[in-house]
Order: sequence, then structure tokens, then C-alpha cells
Amino acid sequence: MKHLVRTILVAAVAALGVAQAQVTITYWQYDFGARIDAMSQLIERFNAENPDVIVVQENAGPYASYKERVAAALAAGEGPDVVQLFYGWAGAWERAGYVEPLPAEHFDEAWIQSYFIPMVESVKIDGEYYGLPTAVRALALFYNKDHFREVGLDPENPPATWDAFVDAAKALTIQRGPRFERVGFGIAPNGQDHHLVRTVLTNQLGTPPYSADNTEVLYGNEIGAEALAFYTSLQTEHEVGVTEFVPGANGYREGFINLESISMIIDGSFAIGNVRTNAEFDWGVAELPTFDNGVQSNFGSFWMNGLTANAYASPEKLEAASRFIKFVTSEASMELWLDVVGELPAARTLVADPELTTDPVFGAFIAGLAYAEATQFVDEGAQRSAMVDAINRVLLEGADPLDSILQAAAEDQALLDAANTP
Amino acid sequence: MTSTQPERRRRSLSLAHREALWAYIFLAIPIVFYGFIRFWPALQSFYLSLFTWHIDPAQRTFVGLGYYRELLENPVFHQALRNTFQYAVITVPASMALGLGIALMLQAVARGRSAFRAIYFAPYITPAVAVAWVWGWMYNYNYGIINTLLIEWYVFLERFGLERLAIDPQRFLTDPNLALFSVAVVVIWQQLGFQVVIFLAGLQGIPRIYYEAARIDGATPWDLFRHVTLPLLNPVIVFSVVITTINALQLFDQIVNINFTDQGGPLNRTLSIALYMYQEAFGRARLGYAAAVTVVLFAIILVVTLIQLRLTQRRVEY
Repeated sequence: MKHLVRTILVAAVAALGVAQAQVTITYWQYDFGARIDAMSQLIERFNAENPDVIVVQENAGPYASYKERVAAALAAGEGPDVVQLFYGWAGAWERAGYVEPLPAEHFDEAWIQSYFIPMVESVKIDGEYYGLPTAVRALALFYNKDHFREVGLDPENPPATWDAFVDAAKALTIQRGPRFERVGFGIAPNGQDHHLVRTVLTNQLGTPPYSADNTEVLYGNEIGAEALAFYTSLQTEHEVGVTEFVPGANGYREGFINLESISMIIDGSFAIGNVRTNAEFDWGVAELPTFDNGVQSNFGSFWMNGLTANAYASPEKLEAASRFIKFVTSEASMELWLDVVGELPAARTLVADPELTTDPVFGAFIAGLAYAEATQFVDEGAQRSAMVDAINRVLLEGADPLDSILQAAAEDQALLDAANTP
Repeated sequence: MTSTQPERRRRSLSLAHREALWAYIFLAIPIVFYGFIRFWPALQSFYLSLFTWHIDPAQRTFVGLGYYRELLENPVFHQALRNTFQYAVITVPASMALGLGIALMLQAVARGRSAFRAIYFAPYITPAVAVAWVWGWMYNYNYGIINTLLIEWYVFLERFGLERLAIDPQRFLTDPNLALFSVAVVVIWQQLGFQVVIFLAGLQGIPRIYYEAARIDGATPWDLFRHVTLPLLNPVIVFSVVITTINALQLFDQIVNINFTDQGGPLNRTLSIALYMYQEAFGRARLGYAAAVTVVLFAIILVVTLIQLRLTQRRVEY
């Protein structure tokens, strides 16, 4: 309600005060308190600095129904000019015409490559960028320091290798009859863990998941099987966690934060805000563990600002919308976003800021960003299902990890092939 | 002067006509509305299913029946189809049998009937989302009450050395062989109230005199049920079969909201056609393909309903 009022006020003030206002730009993102707040503040600044443009943020509903609303509105010729989308959706949205490329006359490729951290390259389709982020995220290990102390582990020395991770998780796990009182690790295949297997573990074991031109799946082999086997062994062999320990899509996070029955989770930097606000215990964040070879890897991702076909209605509108995207991806905007939302900035200069790199919480994520890779999805929903199913075949049906990863790789390859054939 | 006679006749005829005309006008308004928001989009979705999806109609590519061919070959769609039929085959007879049984018992009690009826009806008017969430927790392996009871039962039996009679705790929602059945139970529980109310109304509509006459002829309770109650309930049964089957074929809310490793999971074992359609349409932005799924779902519902009406709608013999 507050946001709505603010949006209306901004629109009204802008409309009344600026007689020469010419172009109105509609902005959409899904409804999440801090994100709406941050964007409202940015829009207020932008409108003040750019009297010839009025940006209006509309309430596009909760995350669960965001895609439907965007699809329905755009198909009806309405909806946003500038839209926020998850980078992984770029492929499917580009094919459906929901998002259009950023115009080269307003966005210089050399500038994008020097200003943003490299993972932004993952939304380049046929040489064109489909959006730019204000913030990025990486994965890290969240752990409950109180639990560490309780079982005699050093809370300031979180596991750095997967062996140490398994040992710690075993020590933290408490069984009660056939059930768990507490699990060492919050297993969540459909949370961040499918990225862990696909991108992090395979890279650590020596193979990138996809070829550089993103036409070939490379994890369909012994290395992919080893990654899957290690991950699933946490449940099947080491018994330090179990799927659906706490019900719900974010059950692993709730179990960690609210129930305090999960000692460690692997989650994105977007969880920091929730943990900060709601965790009533001493917690810490660490870089993702590695295997003995010491190779580090991380999965990076981001929400980005893209242009819809609506923004292409006129050159003036396109220029104004482009100006707005540049504004929300400026260093000042990234700093505001970091303060309000708690998400990491996407500019190279800010990521190197010592204030961030030495921060006890952000530090681990920033360190991870340095070697993080954003998987270039062509069809995020289907590619995720392929890996989640690969994990579940092993966990729930006792399938052989090699057979299971080969099947996932074949399904994934079919999706790449479909996306690469015009 | 000569023209007044036929004119008057025409006028008197037109009075009846006019009444009919007004009736048609009033009927036409909802039909136009319904046609516009229901039939027209249905036809459009068939049209959409012949093209690849793009918001700009000029950029849609004609694929003809290509998506229907893809449906024939797609194993996930086949899984969704099998699951959906399983949901119908499990939930329709079970909820009807239980509903009829409870209605018969309620019919037999004089006191508190409406209170019972309200209690049985409550799940039906509870939002499916809330129902799914509560059941999701009840089914949970670690925290769920069902498994807690199973464990307590084991502990109880252990005291008498009867562990053999115990049932192990179950992974109701993550065991691929149990998940669909677990969801079906939730659906049955939710449908039950509807069935009870419908059957109760049907039972109350059967004149007492038939039972009295039959009893005088020496009919047993089973005879009464078999030869009086069941035949006279036929219209209610037909209605109930058709409505519950359509509901089962369109199952969506419960599956989306009860929590799995992923929606429709694990391993697509609970995926329904409606959920599959939704995932393809909005998760993958393939509206053309999803439209083909809806057309097939429409055809299935139509055929199943026609067969059911054919098989169940007989004249009632008194």
C-alpha cells in the first residue's frame, strides 16, 4: 500500500510539476518489499534529474504470478516498457518477444564489458544484450555458529573442503529414531543445489558444464557423475540431510533461520536480508568448500532490467527507457540497492571496494563472485527440471549417478539444440 | 376498414411473440457474455496451438499440427496424462462412495444432522492452497503428525512384542510410488463435503412411501438400498460423477501447493495435465504448445463426459 501511494504521489508530483514532461516510462518488477522500496527511491531521483521523463513503477504482483502477468499484459499491448527479469529467462523471453535487445546506439558494448563484471555476458544472445543488472548474487555457505560451538567445532573456522564439510555435517546431525532432530545440511535440489551440482561441483572437478559457445553439454560423463554422486551421498551415504526435511519451496532456508533445525545451508546472497532480520542466533557465512584439488567455483546470477517491445514504440521512448536503465545501473544506484536490498553491486569497481571485500557477511559472497559463473540458460525452467530430476532419480529411486547424469545431459542437450536451431 | 381484421390478428399474435422475444433478449445477454469470455477464447486457443508463440502476431510461425505431434511423442505429457487419469479413477469413486456412506448415516441420525453436514462441508469451502499447505506439513516425514502417530504406534506395540503389526513412517510426498496417492487422498477429503451435501439432498428427495411399501413387502435394508435408494438417486449420481470427474481432470491447485521437491514432482509423478500446461505456457513461454495441451484436455473432458452421460443416464424405473 505504501508503495502504491508513493508511486501515485511520484507520478502526480511529476505530472503536475513538470509541464514539459513528454515521455512516460512504465517499470515492472515483482512485489518484494525491499526491492520496491529501493526502486521507488531510484525512480524519485531519476524523475527529479530528468524532467522530460516520468517513470512510473506499477505493482506487478507477487513473484509466483509475475511471469503470467508480464505475458498477459505484453500480449495485450500493455504492461511495462522497462521490465525486470531473471537473467535465466532471457532465452525463453526473447523467443516469445517479451524482451527486446538493448539498442546498440545507447549501449556501447565496450562500455558494458569494462563497467560490469563478466557474468553479464551470459545474457548476450546473437551478439546483443537483453538486459543489465543493478545487483548480482553468488552462493555461499551459511552456518549456525551456536550449533558449531555446541558440538565442539570452531565457529570461526568453517569447513573449507568438502571432506571437512561432511565431517562437520555429521557432527551437527542429530538423529531421533527414524527421523532427524537436526540435520547438518539443508538439502534442496530445487533450491540452489541444482546449480551446485551443475555448475559448482562439475567445475571444481575439472569440467565446465557447457561448451564456451553454449551449444554442447559437457557434464554428461564420469565427472558429471562424480559431482552428482558426491552431492547425493550427503543424503544416501553420510545421512547429514534429507530432501523435504522442512516442507515448502524455501523449507531449507526456514529450517535454518526459523526452526534452527538445519545447521548449514548453501544459499544465495539474496538470503542475507532474511537471515539478518529473522535469525535469532549467531551465524556466519563462508566461501563454498572445495575438493582436495583446491579448485574454486561459484554460481552467479542476477535480475536485470530489460526493454519490452513497448519501449520501442518511438525513438524518444526508447531513448528515455535506455537512459533510465543506465541510471538504475549506475554506481550510485548500485550502492543504494546494496543498502536497501542487500544485494551485491554489479560494477567491477564496486566489487573491488575493500569495505565490501572485508565485510564479514558480504566478503564471502564478493570472494565467490570473483570466480562465479552464470550459467547461460536457454530454457531455464526445463534445464532446471532436467538436473532436479537427475538428483531425485538417485535420491528417491536409487538410480546410478552415471546413468542419471547421462539422461539429464541428453535432455539438456536437446534443449540447447532446440534453442540453437532457428 | 378491410385491413383492420388481419392487422388485429397480427397484433394479438405478436403479443406472444413479443414475450418470447423479450425472453430471448434477456437470455442473449449472458450468452453473448459467456460466448465472448468463454467460447471465443476456447476457439482462439485452438488457433494459437497452430503457431509458435510470440507477442507480435506477425512473428508467429505456422506449425500446423506440429505441436500435436510433439504431444504424441512427449514422455512428460504422457506421464501427466496417466497421472490425471489415475487421479480421476482414484478420487471419483472413492469420494462418491464415502460421500454416499456418510450421507446415509447422516440421514439415519435425527439430532445434529446440520452440524455434521457443516463439518463435512467445511473442507470443500476451504481454499485449496490452505488445504494443500496443511496436508503438506501433516505428510512431512520429520515433522508430520501422521508419521508421529506411526512412530507412537510402533512404540506402543513394542511393549507387547508386536512390532510386526507396526507400519514404518512413510515419505508420503517424496516417495515416487506414494506421492500421487497422497495427493489423491487430499482431493478426496476435500471433495467429500460436496458429495455428502449433494447425496443428502438427493436422499431427502426420495418419498418415504416407497420405503414403507417395500418394508410391508418384506424388503431387507439391503433390498431397500439396492432397489429403492440407488435407482432413485440416479440423477444425483449422474450429476456427481460428471462434476467430480471434470474437477479431477482439471486438478491443479492442490498439486501446485502441496510441497514436493518440485511442482508436479517428484520426477513428474504428481504432474497433472493442467499443471503441465501451466508450466509450458508460463514457465517456458511456449503458449502455442500449451494451447495444444488445453485443446487435448478439452477433448478428453468432452469425450469422458459424453461417455459418462451415455452410460449413467437411464430412465428411472419406479
